[in-house]
Amino acid sequence: MTINPFETAREDVDCTPDVADEVKTTTCYMCACRCGIRVYLRDGTVRYIDGNPNHPVNKGVICGKGSAGIMTQYSPARLTKPLKRIGPRGSGEFAEIEWDEALALATEWLGNVRRTDPKRLAFFTGRDQSQSLTGWWAGQFGTPNFAAHGGFCSVNMAAGGLYSIGGSFWEFGEPDWEHTKYFMLFGVAEDHDSNPIKTGLGKLKTRSGTKVVSVNPVQTGYSAIADEWVGIRPGTDGLFILSLIRELLLADAVDLDYLVRYTNAPWLVIDDPEAPDHGLFARGEDGEPLAYDRTGNTLVSAMRADIQPMLVGEHALPDGRVGVPVFQRLVEHCLDEAYAPEAVAAQTGIEADAIRRIAAELADVAFSQSVTINQKWTDWAGREHDTMVGRPVSFHAMRGISAHSNGFHTCRALHLLQIILGSVDVPGGWRYKAPFPKPIPPGPKPAGKTVAPETGIGGMPLGFVKTPDDLIVNDDGTPIRIDKGYSWEYPISAHGLMHVVLHNAWAGDPYPIDVLFMYMANMAWNSAMNVPDTLKYLTDKAEDGSYKIPKVIYSDAYYSETVPYADLVLPDTTYLERWDCISLLDRPISSAHGPADAIRQPVVAPDRDVRAFQDVLIDLGGRLGLPGFVNDDGAAKFPGGYPDYIVNHERSPGIGPLAGWRGDGDRHGTGPANPKQLDSYVENGCFWQDAFPDEALYFKHANRAYLDYAQRMGWMPKADPIVFQIYSEDLQRFRLAAQGHGERQPPDALRERIRTYFDPLPIWYVPFEEAEVETETYPLHALTQRPMHMYHSWGSQNAWLRQITNTNHLYVHADLARDLGLKDDDWVWVESHHGRVKAPIRTMTGVNRHTVWTWNAIGKRRGAWGLDEDAPEAKTGFLLNHVISDLLPERGGGYRYANADPVTGQAAWYDLRVRLQKCARSEIGETDPRPEAVQTRRTNEVQPDVLRFGQKIHDRRTGAPALPHKEWIAHRNETAETVDGIAPGHGNAALEGQADGAEGTGGT
Amino acid sequence: MTSLPTHTNKKLGLVIDLDICVGCHACAVNCKEWNASGHSAPLTDIDPYGAEPEGVWFNRIHAFEVVDEETGSSRTVHFPKSCLHCDDAPCVTVCPTGASYKREEDGIVLVNADTCIGCKLCSWACPYGAREFDEDEGVMKKCTLCVDRIYNPNLSEDARVPACVSSCPAGARHFGDFGDPDSDVSRLVEARGGFALMPEQGCNPVNRYLPPRPRQDGVADGDAVAPRMLDTSISETTDKAGILARWIDRALSR
Repeated sequence: MTINPFETAREDVDCTPDVADEVKTTTCYMCACRCGIRVYLRDGTVRYIDGNPNHPVNKGVICGKGSAGIMTQYSPARLTKPLKRIGPRGSGEFAEIEWDEALALATEWLGNVRRTDPKRLAFFTGRDQSQSLTGWWAGQFGTPNFAAHGGFCSVNMAAGGLYSIGGSFWEFGEPDWEHTKYFMLFGVAEDHDSNPIKTGLGKLKTRSGTKVVSVNPVQTGYSAIADEWVGIRPGTDGLFILSLIRELLLADAVDLDYLVRYTNAPWLVIDDPEAPDHGLFARGEDGEPLAYDRTGNTLVSAMRADIQPMLVGEHALPDGRVGVPVFQRLVEHCLDEAYAPEAVAAQTGIEADAIRRIAAELADVAFSQSVTINQKWTDWAGREHDTMVGRPVSFHAMRGISAHSNGFHTCRALHLLQIILGSVDVPGGWRYKAPFPKPIPPGPKPAGKTVAPETGIGGMPLGFVKTPDDLIVNDDGTPIRIDKGYSWEYPISAHGLMHVVLHNAWAGDPYPIDVLFMYMANMAWNSAMNVPDTLKYLTDKAEDGSYKIPKVIYSDAYYSETVPYADLVLPDTTYLERWDCISLLDRPISSAHGPADAIRQPVVAPDRDVRAFQDVLIDLGGRLGLPGFVNDDGAAKFPGGYPDYIVNHERSPGIGPLAGWRGDGDRHGTGPANPKQLDSYVENGCFWQDAFPDEALYFKHANRAYLDYAQRMGWMPKADPIVFQIYSEDLQRFRLAAQGHGERQPPDALRERIRTYFDPLPIWYVPFEEAEVETETYPLHALTQRPMHMYHSWGSQNAWLRQITNTNHLYVHADLARDLGLKDDDWVWVESHHGRVKAPIRTMTGVNRHTVWTWNAIGKRRGAWGLDEDAPEAKTGFLLNHVISDLLPERGGGYRYANADPVTGQAAWYDLRVRLQKCARSEIGETDPRPEAVQTRRTNEVQPDVLRFGQKIHDRRTGAPALPHKEWIAHRNETAETVDGIAPGHGNAALEGQADGAEGTGGT
Repeated sequence: MTSLPTHTNKKLGLVIDLDICVGCHACAVNCKEWNASGHSAPLTDIDPYGAEPEGVWFNRIHAFEVVDEETGSSRTVHFPKSCLHCDDAPCVTVCPTGASYKREEDGIVLVNADTCIGCKLCSWACPYGAREFDEDEGVMKKCTLCVDRIYNPNLSEDARVPACVSSCPAGARHFGDFGDPDSDVSRLVEARGGFALMPEQGCNPVNRYLPPRPRQDGVADGDAVAPRMLDTSISETTDKAGILARWIDRALSR
């Protein structure tokens, strides 16, 4: 035997260390997904974060952002103390002050506003997960000027769906991942609900006989794993969808039974073109819509269960006029030659044959591959059904198709496609997540028509309008809200228009404000359209030397680009240092299987003089004496701050922010406040969930068991079925007003706009910017998306995530680059009608030929986010925002509308048109515009050159014997169905002895 | 030179499914996070907030396009890569101090930081570029297959797998023993046509990659069944009234 001198150096590896003093659960906030996490703590330091396997959202997985939470927790950009501005706005020169002074100052500023004219407070929050508190606070304060960031995010999707099916794509529903066979993704959708979608895609692709289609100008992310990528031209999705609908209608490949049962397809629409009720539903004396019943040859209430309504024909109404079924109106509308595949091919960039084939595939899967679940259920009318039969086609979409000026109608069209295939909330289809579906549109209406000193506005500032009477306008039709939300310009702006607030406040249009109060919204940088002018709005002064936006209060946890523009900075905690609630009153984390809500608990103590924003807001509410925040004796109602509010606040009797463990801990949904409620949440992993009974899992819009459940939970005032609104009478009412009918009519200048865009059926039109600029001059579309490892994560201060991406390129199709004489790493000027920005390029092939794109919000301003001034983010990283205008070009009369959808006010980020101009050699190397640096501000005096995180955290040897390893198979149930010998189960928890011939979870 | 074991009792490794990896970097960051304080702590980051941030990562995701020159169509590929724990690991045999070694009990390739002299021969020898030099500490680091997790009774059962596996949101990663032909991963690799990376290098890597399944894009050969096209000829043979007439006699119950 030869002697190896190195054999003795064998390492003694510790395979069984103790790694944490304790593991606490809470909810992630590295993005909007709100996954459950476990935080491993060692000596008070976060050692590790992973996904909570029991949590309904992520079921144990965690994304790159969530895993990088440690680096955000210990970011050098954390604010440390309240700040008062001492230098000019934007300089970043502040004095540190105590909380007493900060709160006294805020109370003085806000109190003055409330005593004089409460609407002179504009309170806008960003990626706020406490909107049911912040909106309610605004209402109690008495200002209608409240919204979060939905107006520049995806309100077109929310409104498009809520006005059609009482729910929507986006995070408010999900495909039936267990059963769906044909899944289509439209546009950028990598963000909200991202872990569930990734998991769902994996599940879907692991099953056999499935297909994933991605309709997206860019072939990255989820598009990369799609079976088919449809590289559509931006802004033309509506045209493609309407063409699919047309094909399906022409081929009679629509689910007529479904339409009759669950939609307003048979409802009769009054056909009397000059009448004030033209296009409204014919109604009986009881107010119920009418249909024509073929068995009795008579008009009947369309809500009756025992009828056979006609879907076509012209039917005489009792007053002698004619009523036409919605279905016929839909057919007539969609048969327009303009939607023929040949007609849309050039615009969309999708060949007519491909459109026909995809329509055929949809029909084939929907009607030849239906899914049956052997589960009895009872419908809304009390009829029992032995099985649940569904059409396994599902869609998902979010900002990609929303962020266009034609986005509302495009989103509505996509919901309509899901409807006519009979696949809303059916096995294999797209499913609602609790507490959806809601009545169409949901209540309540927005408050804020009357604003008076020392008075609340009597409700929540955001809501859903149904008629022109619900608009928040003055008697002369002019806007009441600073963002002109719910005015004739943007009537259904259900999430407000945060993107125009700074402009309007600066311009004093419709009026000047006194205090701008913002939370967690980077409005001076990547959340602003038109950054250069936005910075001017914040710093411009009146003739007397005062700022045009007089006072700015801002709360954030980090030194973002917006902090330097505040007069008063209220430093927030990190997400691991706070209480929070993820409420069913706000944006739920429920699934299609049942409702869920969650909390955050502090898992580490702040090491800085910071306070949770919600604690501060509640404190201010008490100091200002806002109703709801003080007792009768004037004392603060929630002296314990946010956790006190979470437990004890009741929005209506028995309904509070959290649904779990109410009463004595034995009631769920509704019940009296339970002082031990948060303890129960913590014991349960910081979330609560309930499972719908099996008979309530599908057809929720018309399912007796579900509807009763929803009413019992307080989600719906009545357990009535939700009838899908293919034809929207709500939209038609606005159109009638524009045509000169009714008490409330739009100003003359807006009549044509309202008449055109309030079509009661989905339409497509050329996006506004494309229609208004010379497309030959600006021949390209320009888009942005966030990388998956940064979506909704705050800033580039994260030492790990910025190693993955710290600068961005403009991606250009290789053919286009060749035509323009460009190659990788060349620099170009990206020029729009509004401005220009300088960027390095990369070529690629998986992008629409007429589209360029880049990663958004990588570019940072020098001095911000705790980064060094020579950080690539601030040198070569560029923002496309610089060239996206917040306003459209002037129209007749010089008026400039917001660059937004005319129905909802959704910011039209993706309408951008550009041209590329190669930079001169002397121009390369740095982006431009590149605003001057803001004053650096860091959490710690010494910035590390070398980060040795983990060096001081010591796992401890226990000497415990090693356990045998266990194999992990992802998607075990789906894999077990296709690979012999693999047992079902989850991950490394296989159900032993079930490896062969095991049944999957399908239940079909 | 360091010897490889003549036999390992197990061949633990990863299966990475290229059919469903979306390139989200979850595996890479969760790996970084676990290991920053784990067996090889710290995974040093140089210039973390400056011009050229660069740290130690055991797992990196490469994204690239594969263009079909004939059709001009392309595919975006996300390719996660970490140590493949080769049977014939050149990083071991090249090591002058015995610091780089392969465990007999499970086949995991590790570096003993106490005896590593930072000569980097192993990183030159590895054809996969799967080694990470910690400039600050002057030692070589690499994927440990989470040797401090997979056997660890101090963790809950769901966490007793490599961090990259339990974190993966898409479920594109599997873990098991390739030495056992009846193991789950062996069966999965067999069923899905899993392949070894760059076999021509002769390293006999343990990890396997699953190829993308044939795309059903309506064009490629992978399309098993072409859909029956819809019959829309009615639009050519009749007018609006004729189209609507189809539905007049349809008896539909609510």
